[in-house]
Amino acid sequence: MAKAIKIAAPAPAERRAALAGQELSAAGVTLAVLPPAERISLRAPDASIAALSKALGVTLPRKPKTSASRAGRTALWLGPDEWLVIDEAEKDPLADCAKVTVLHSAVGISHRNVAISVTGPAAATTINSGCPQDLSLGAFPVGAASRTILGKVEIVLLRTAADTFRVECWRSFSDYVFTFLSEAAGDAAA
Amino acid sequence: MIAAFRIPGAGRLKQAETARFSFDGQSYSGVEGDTLASALLANGVHLVGRSFKYHRPRGFLSAGAEEPNALVEIKRDAARKTPNVRATVQELYDGLTAQSQNRWPSLSFDVGAVNDIASPLFSAGFYYKTFMWPKAAWKNFYEPKIRAAAGLGVAPDQPDPDHYSARFAHCDVLVLGGGAAGIAAALAAAETGVRVILADEQADFGGSLRFESGAQIEGQDGFAWAQAAVAKLRDMDNVRVLSRTTAFGYYAQNFVGLVERVSDHLRNPGGELPRERLWQVRAKRVVLATGAIERHMVFADNDRPGIMLASAARTYLNHYGVAVGRNVGVYTANDSAYAAAIDLKKAGVDVAAIIDLRDNPTGPVIDEARALGIEVNFGRAAIRAGGKLRVSSMTVQPKNGGGERTIPVDAILMSAGWTPSVHLFSQSRGKVAFNDETKRFVPGTYAQDCVSVGACNGTDGLSATIDEAYAAGAKAAKDAGASVVKGTKPKVDASESWSRGMLGAAPGAGPDTTVKAFVDFQNDVTAKDIRQAVHEGMHSIEHVKRFTTNGMATDQGKTSNMHGLAIAAETLGKPIPQVGLTTFRAPYTPVTFGSIIGHARGPLFDPTRKTAIHPWAEAQGAVFEDVGQWKRAWYFPKAGEDMHAAVDRECVTVRKTAGLFDASTLGKIEVVGPDAAKFMELLYTNPWEKLEPGRCRYGIMLREDGFIYDDGVVGRLAPDRFHVTTTTGGAPRVMNHMEDYLQTEFPHLNVWLTSITEQWAVIAVQGPKSRDIIAPLVEGIDMSDEALPHMSVREGRICGVPTRLFRMSFTGERGFEVNVPADYGQAVWEALWAEGQKHGACAYGTETMHVLRAEKGYIIVGQDTDGTVTPNDAGLDWAVGKKKTDFVGIRGMARPDLVAKGRKQLVGLKTKDPKVVLEEGAQIVEDPKQAIPMKMIGHVTSSYWSENCGRSIALALVAGGRDRMGETLYVPMPDGTIEVEVTGMVFFDEKGERLNG
Repeated sequence: MAKAIKIAAPAPAERRAALAGQELSAAGVTLAVLPPAERISLRAPDASIAALSKALGVTLPRKPKTSASRAGRTALWLGPDEWLVIDEAEKDPLADCAKVTVLHSAVGISHRNVAISVTGPAAATTINSGCPQDLSLGAFPVGAASRTILGKVEIVLLRTAADTFRVECWRSFSDYVFTFLSEAAGDAAA
Repeated sequence: MIAAFRIPGAGRLKQAETARFSFDGQSYSGVEGDTLASALLANGVHLVGRSFKYHRPRGFLSAGAEEPNALVEIKRDAARKTPNVRATVQELYDGLTAQSQNRWPSLSFDVGAVNDIASPLFSAGFYYKTFMWPKAAWKNFYEPKIRAAAGLGVAPDQPDPDHYSARFAHCDVLVLGGGAAGIAAALAAAETGVRVILADEQADFGGSLRFESGAQIEGQDGFAWAQAAVAKLRDMDNVRVLSRTTAFGYYAQNFVGLVERVSDHLRNPGGELPRERLWQVRAKRVVLATGAIERHMVFADNDRPGIMLASAARTYLNHYGVAVGRNVGVYTANDSAYAAAIDLKKAGVDVAAIIDLRDNPTGPVIDEARALGIEVNFGRAAIRAGGKLRVSSMTVQPKNGGGERTIPVDAILMSAGWTPSVHLFSQSRGKVAFNDETKRFVPGTYAQDCVSVGACNGTDGLSATIDEAYAAGAKAAKDAGASVVKGTKPKVDASESWSRGMLGAAPGAGPDTTVKAFVDFQNDVTAKDIRQAVHEGMHSIEHVKRFTTNGMATDQGKTSNMHGLAIAAETLGKPIPQVGLTTFRAPYTPVTFGSIIGHARGPLFDPTRKTAIHPWAEAQGAVFEDVGQWKRAWYFPKAGEDMHAAVDRECVTVRKTAGLFDASTLGKIEVVGPDAAKFMELLYTNPWEKLEPGRCRYGIMLREDGFIYDDGVVGRLAPDRFHVTTTTGGAPRVMNHMEDYLQTEFPHLNVWLTSITEQWAVIAVQGPKSRDIIAPLVEGIDMSDEALPHMSVREGRICGVPTRLFRMSFTGERGFEVNVPADYGQAVWEALWAEGQKHGACAYGTETMHVLRAEKGYIIVGQDTDGTVTPNDAGLDWAVGKKKTDFVGIRGMARPDLVAKGRKQLVGLKTKDPKVVLEEGAQIVEDPKQAIPMKMIGHVTSSYWSENCGRSIALALVAGGRDRMGETLYVPMPDGTIEVEVTGMVFFDEKGERLNG
């Protein structure tokens, strides 16, 4: 049979993100699909946390509903041995973890998720249309993070400012999430 | 022009602001702030409906949510027809159009009223007794006729054009009910700074302060104080005030469902405003301030229009400025009706007489009534009402018998006392206790973090209510974490107070069997029905309720439950608590489907999942099919092609040259960790420890019972890393199944699971030219058969982006599955498509995928298996590790019935006539001449026309199938019996040479 064919690489394939650039403004709240980011799903036992934190440059949070952030990289606590690491500085957290020999699992999910920002005084109300979490600043302060639901789908919610949330969902659910938030935004300022 | 029964200067509405509305085609005018009920009464209209069973004329019983009679249809336009709206809670707007229900041809002349005369036929338990036989009557008579005759409004026949929204909310203190008690509790809690939600079902807060003219708080009229207090609460950042909001359900852990009616009261709703908004509130503490509901007196013909609760008449007067009659009679067993009579008398309405069932009551209201010149009679009963479409008289008799006297009246106000509204308390699973002295059920044992205050707690009097409520509000706040307690309790300057009353039937309620003394107005249940139920052997209140339907209408027996219970208890000769109270269930008042559904309609009914390559397929004119929530390209018709032609062409093209297929929806799980292989050994039937990195294996997953649960190709990327694929539909449950076992059975294993279904777009390139199509775009992977044999996987780059390139086949042809990060999926597809075009490749959809795999006898879990098929049944014994000592399902597989002879096994079927395509699901028999019902020995699981084979092909589960090779079996169909031959499962390229072709 034929041997492997070696030719010069063509131009790299174009990246076409789901819902790229979509925005919506309503009274009191703005929705925007955020640019692509690097993401990993990180799983590790307690004993590995220190080494992984060092390699990632961000201290992995140990408390439920919290996150830690440094230099464009955010680690969200999702479970006792589970973090979602989002890098918005075009650095590769997967490569950073690959250098670590302690017990862990790092899986690249950059393309699995889509992020939507929800901003404005009615942001929390908009999300509360489909999310049962208490989003008051006392219960869900800036930096709080949670894997939760919005309507019929799973989301990961991160509060990045008093009036701003980052909603992460799987790629094929992004249309549903954006449509849901759009409909909720219309009612939130009422 | 002011309406005839509107009293100038009375009530709180601005009588000048008029709103036009119509009822049954007749135009009327009302004023802003009216309900439909108050506006109709202002125009002297009492007759508004026909009853459920007997079609008796009915008027307004109440002025609130407990209304059993005045159900009307509100029509905004062709699509907005809302049946069964209580006219007593529907706020008037200019242009409102209402219609009466359950009558034909008209409200005043209703043919169905013959049921009233024929009522001995329709006694309690009628449905149970009558609808037993004959069977044919169900279709021709019972369903179409009797059900239609007994009914409520007509459901709208067009899609609901309104939209509904939803909100989740949390608070420290949730106060349900906005009367004096609720407001006081909310004030006390709010002043501490904790988060408070105060909700009330009415448009205006105040509860019974709407009619209690004698209440004075903080130096002002009670109702005015309520408005000022609520305005203050609205201004506080920590308080949310919800009017027109009904708490309909109290669920576990202080989770309360409320519906806010946002725009039903507006003339032009529309715009962004939803019709209703569902609130799902989680509260640390709940304060129940739900008040009490007045009971009617049970006597003959007590349902005539014009007969109503005393508090209702008082509300119409003191709030709406409407007199319910010109010459009213009062029938009571309780003080509160006196207050109504006094207010009406002072407003200029004649009060013909107060008939008091009690023997020698005393008190200031009685003295005041007498002082105003009202005739007061003690120890007497109203034994029946006169009139038909409107009450015209009441007949009075000493309660122990004696001479009758008929008093002409045009309205009767009645009060048997007040029933605490313990509905929400009871829904919270709290247990009520019977207070023998006051004859009422009040909250007893609490099950949740809530407290009842005011009338719903059996607390009488405004001062005591506010004391109790304010203290409870402050305590609830403190229990919820408040530290600062400030503010002052509202001071009560004057108040009204009443309690007691009577339960059950008054002397005018029979025992005459023809007397209709209504207990439950909405379901037409009379005192004699309850007695009859007991006589026919119903001794539990739950049985009495179901036999008579007492309390089972949409008003949930708010006015009838206690009377029904008392009559049953009396008939049984038992004390009330021994007979018990029926359970209160949500919803408190009817809730629309729209509010429950909320946003979940249209595009938000369910997520529609699309792959990264979906836009390309759409642009190519693909026809899509639903697979779970996914849209998958089904086939790609060219101009002029039907499905059959398109699928035939796609099938032939793939085997001749190549085809591209979007396999992105396949479930994908990355299994990572030093114990990854050990975990795989336990979850799948196959051996994995010795699978080398870079190689793939077809894996089968069983449930504990030994039946096939899922299958898929698994690639080992590294010693500690597997790329597992699952069926499209199975992805979430397989992930759950694996996670469940990992956490509960194998927690000692160092391995983690991550869903990567959506990380990777998957492009299957299948066919003899597949390598030629892919190779030019690939970097860093040797694609020779030696370096990349069938069932192997490599990581490298394609089109300059990372790929996990699988060499595998679900068609039997040489094949590849190109995994690329999802955002690159469409661009890589387009590049492969361009290469494919050079070779004449096609794009193919799921139908062709199904045909091609069936030609090779590859199964689809869930189509060829149904949860009762073992690996052996499916001919997959080769995929079960013979040396393995443990995996999920290994013991199940050894069960005697799973290894018995004669089990259904997957085989191929060829029709004797190659052109005949069997129907999937068709049953198979051995002998078509046997008597019906025939013995079925199996069924067809997959069946297609195979253009590549030039004939039809099918897979089937057949008892002892593999021992029947070459046998002729039969598939009986409605239009004839089809002969089939049992064959092996592989119809094409039996030797499998084309995998390397």
